[in-house]
Amino acid sequence: MNWWQIKKRDADLDRELRSDLELEEDEQRESGISEEEARHAALRAFGNLTLIREQTRAIWSWNWLESLARDLRFSLRTLRRTPGFAVIAIVVMALGIGANVALFTVVRGVLLKPLPFQDPDRLAMLYEAGLLGDDTTGSNVVSGGMYAEWKNQNRSYSSLALAKGIRVGLSGSGGQLPEKLDSALFSWDMLRTLGVQPALGRDFTLADDSPGASGTVLLSWGLWKRRFGADPGILNQTIFLDAQPYTVIGVMPKWFDFPDSSTQLWTPVYHDKPEDEMTSFSNHMFRVIGRLKPGVSASQGVADLSVISQRIHNEHLNDPFVFRSASSRPLLEHIVGEIKKPLYVLLEATCCLLLIACLNVANLLVARAAARRKELAIRTALGGSWLRLIGERLMECLLLSASGGALGLLLAFAALQWLTQTRNDMSRVGSIHFDGVVAAFTVGVIVLCALFSGLIAAFSTSDKRILGALHEASRSVSGGNIRATLRKVLLTFEVGLTVILLIGAGLLLKSYERLRSADMGCLTQDVITMHLGIPDARYATPAQRANFYDTLLNRVRALPGVDAAGFATAVPGQGYQMDWSFTIVEHPPLPQGRGLFALSRWADPKYFNAMGIPILRGRTFDGKRLDAANETIISQSFANQYFPGEDPLDKHLHVRGQNAVIVGIVGDTRYAIGEPPRPMHYYPLDAGVENVGTLVIRSSHDLEQFALPVQRIVSEMDNDLPVSDVLTMNQLLGKHTFDQSFNATLLTAFATLSLLLAAVGLFGVMSYIAAQQTTEIGIRVALGAKREQVMRKMLLDGMRPAVFGLVTGLAASLEAGQMMRDLLYEIKPLDPAVYAAVAATLLAVAAFACIVPAWRASRLDPMQALRAE
Amino acid sequence: MPSMAKQAQQRVGLLQGTLDMLILRTLLYGPAHGHQIGKHIQRTTNEFLQMQHGSLYPALHRLERRGWVVSRWETGPDRNREFKYYRLTDKGRKQLLAEESHWKQMAEAVARVMWPAAEET
Repeated sequence: MNWWQIKKRDADLDRELRSDLELEEDEQRESGISEEEARHAALRAFGNLTLIREQTRAIWSWNWLESLARDLRFSLRTLRRTPGFAVIAIVVMALGIGANVALFTVVRGVLLKPLPFQDPDRLAMLYEAGLLGDDTTGSNVVSGGMYAEWKNQNRSYSSLALAKGIRVGLSGSGGQLPEKLDSALFSWDMLRTLGVQPALGRDFTLADDSPGASGTVLLSWGLWKRRFGADPGILNQTIFLDAQPYTVIGVMPKWFDFPDSSTQLWTPVYHDKPEDEMTSFSNHMFRVIGRLKPGVSASQGVADLSVISQRIHNEHLNDPFVFRSASSRPLLEHIVGEIKKPLYVLLEATCCLLLIACLNVANLLVARAAARRKELAIRTALGGSWLRLIGERLMECLLLSASGGALGLLLAFAALQWLTQTRNDMSRVGSIHFDGVVAAFTVGVIVLCALFSGLIAAFSTSDKRILGALHEASRSVSGGNIRATLRKVLLTFEVGLTVILLIGAGLLLKSYERLRSADMGCLTQDVITMHLGIPDARYATPAQRANFYDTLLNRVRALPGVDAAGFATAVPGQGYQMDWSFTIVEHPPLPQGRGLFALSRWADPKYFNAMGIPILRGRTFDGKRLDAANETIISQSFANQYFPGEDPLDKHLHVRGQNAVIVGIVGDTRYAIGEPPRPMHYYPLDAGVENVGTLVIRSSHDLEQFALPVQRIVSEMDNDLPVSDVLTMNQLLGKHTFDQSFNATLLTAFATLSLLLAAVGLFGVMSYIAAQQTTEIGIRVALGAKREQVMRKMLLDGMRPAVFGLVTGLAASLEAGQMMRDLLYEIKPLDPAVYAAVAATLLAVAAFACIVPAWRASRLDPMQALRAE
Repeated sequence: MPSMAKQAQQRVGLLQGTLDMLILRTLLYGPAHGHQIGKHIQRTTNEFLQMQHGSLYPALHRLERRGWVVSRWETGPDRNREFKYYRLTDKGRKQLLAEESHWKQMAEAVARVMWPAAEET
């Protein structure tokens, strides 16, 4: 039905009622009473005209639409009359909804969306498992030899493919500088296994993936655009990677970022890796992905592979580093496993925040309902139905939360922009987008918020007490107690939720603090690091490599301001990198199946000094070169673990087929921040074996100033060598604790926000109670109550919900803390200091929020208070 | 106040369902406007059923919406004023028959329970 028809019907009804009413009036008059009385009698006979009109209108189905429009108009008018309230409520809602939508979008994009591969559910990440030397592990990277056996013998997977992330140097060309890039080795069938095609050019073939083939490379979309100007002519051109020629055969689609979001190049693994690494069973380094055949379950697949592993293990019983079983995980879980927990914790935090926002808005609405009590009572008395009133209230809430939602959506959009830029290290960050599901989620949240806060507020005004309200209107002495109670209950909830958030934030902050102050075992100030590597192709002999590093270090040490410089394959905090198995020559042979391994590093003699790693006993390397360099230095925990009760100095380790004499013991370092120190052995860089590592410079001057001179030295020595990852030690550690600091910062922001909301709520309720009790306080003061007494009573009144909320919140945090256990570093979920700090903060804020209204109440002039009625 | 509201509710309850039938029956005599219908029912029942305008007009509109009556503005016979006259449609006639027989069955059933002796004699 159209609007004009509705109008017409309305007019028609009016006319009908009027004519019938006039007739009734005539009849009344004819019975002989005065005109005035006749009209009144007629009206009496008819009853409530407005109600009749409304009920008759309700017969026509367009009524609900019309009443909706009327509610909307009415709500808009009420909101416009109280702009302060509207703005606060909308901003509160916007914050709550914005945070939720943003985080939901992230969770959906990263965790919930299926991987962009063909039938991603059939893809599994495969690991070797079981006993490795002295350790047991559930999921270890796979050795090249085992991969080959699995691939040939299994019956469960339609294909098995292999990947490994590496770094390569892309040579300078066409006036562009050489650079170091994250790259990945793929077996030729990796893209086929994933079900992905290059956007341009062709995939690898079996022929490309062999030592004898000429080099082939796939480029990422980003690299192709940035470095090669998105020129399709790059296909079949040759580029140089680590000084070796590679033909560009294709460009991958823009979204493709496997195995890491930073991967820019892909090359065939059997072409790049020496054959012995591809056939070894004890050199574990590859990630293997399998596509399960239809009808085969993941556990059947693993059982199949385990049988193969067990057989290989039995054939190599004298090698303790051959695994005997396999394990698998869904590919998605492998990719997002690490960020899953923090994301869900953050999502839960935003849900808490939203709940607090809703409670706050409900609180404001209850307060307003109290202020509008007389209006509502009069309307109910005049026949306004309870449902209409609730409908109006809900419409008002819907308006508030929809406006809040719109604003929140903008906030969420900005937050996501920021997030995708700052967290581009996060896996699958590229799949975070607004889409239909997110839109539906937003609408759902808006409706839910409106219902939640609206219904609480609506049920606070029941029409059973209309008369009471109308009576109260004459003396508002003890009015609104029920509403005050409801508001206190809401506040208790709010405070409780806030406490949970505060505790969570406190735990993460303290954990981060611990993490950053963890003793790395080396200097973290005054040291700058730079990544550097020389390609095998141009530095083929040990002598060439040793000479390069000698020259480099000498020139760097000669730079003005450099206090010390050194070079190592990895510095503390850079990760696990590499381990070697070894035997101790002076010890009796180990029983079969047992073996020792420890982290291994190559370092130059002055590295320990430059890095501030103390030499506890013995000395550093003597600087002998090449084959003569047969010394090793072990860490303190290495000595403790493998030489208990004896002197390790001058003992020998048998490593990589050679004996090395232990000449020194150095302090423990952590290979990664947040990991306990592990045994480590160092070997002399001067042997000329290793070719990639990190240059460290110690200086008390401005560290950043060394970046350019070092780069100049390097390019003078070899103008095709990129220097990358120029980071101070502090930045390097910060980069690896970014996750933790990010989570802690976000959660702290949420907690602060909710503390603020709770404080505002508390302040509002206290002010309301004080206003309600003006007369009472006036009488008390007039009768001789001391102002301190009044103030104390008010304060206690206000602090009660805060204290209740605090207790509930602390109790609930015990549970929440357990959930966060995995995210914490070296602190227990029940950290008493955090709990105490949160309790103190909350009580202080609550007291602050209560003290102003309480003070104001105690300053009340009794005469004015009593006249105020 | 509250007790009055209760009474009113009872009266409406009594009329619910039967009001439609009474209106339709009244219109069987010929077209009539709302006021006439109300008055007629009131008079015929010796003022036992007090017509509530609050139920009468919604009922009339409901009947019109269902197509059992149609309405037209016409000048009243003795006064030069227009009234909205309701007229029974064929569909309304059929509905009246159905409701009448239903009501009869219902009344008989109730009577059998309430006054079993009277039934026997």
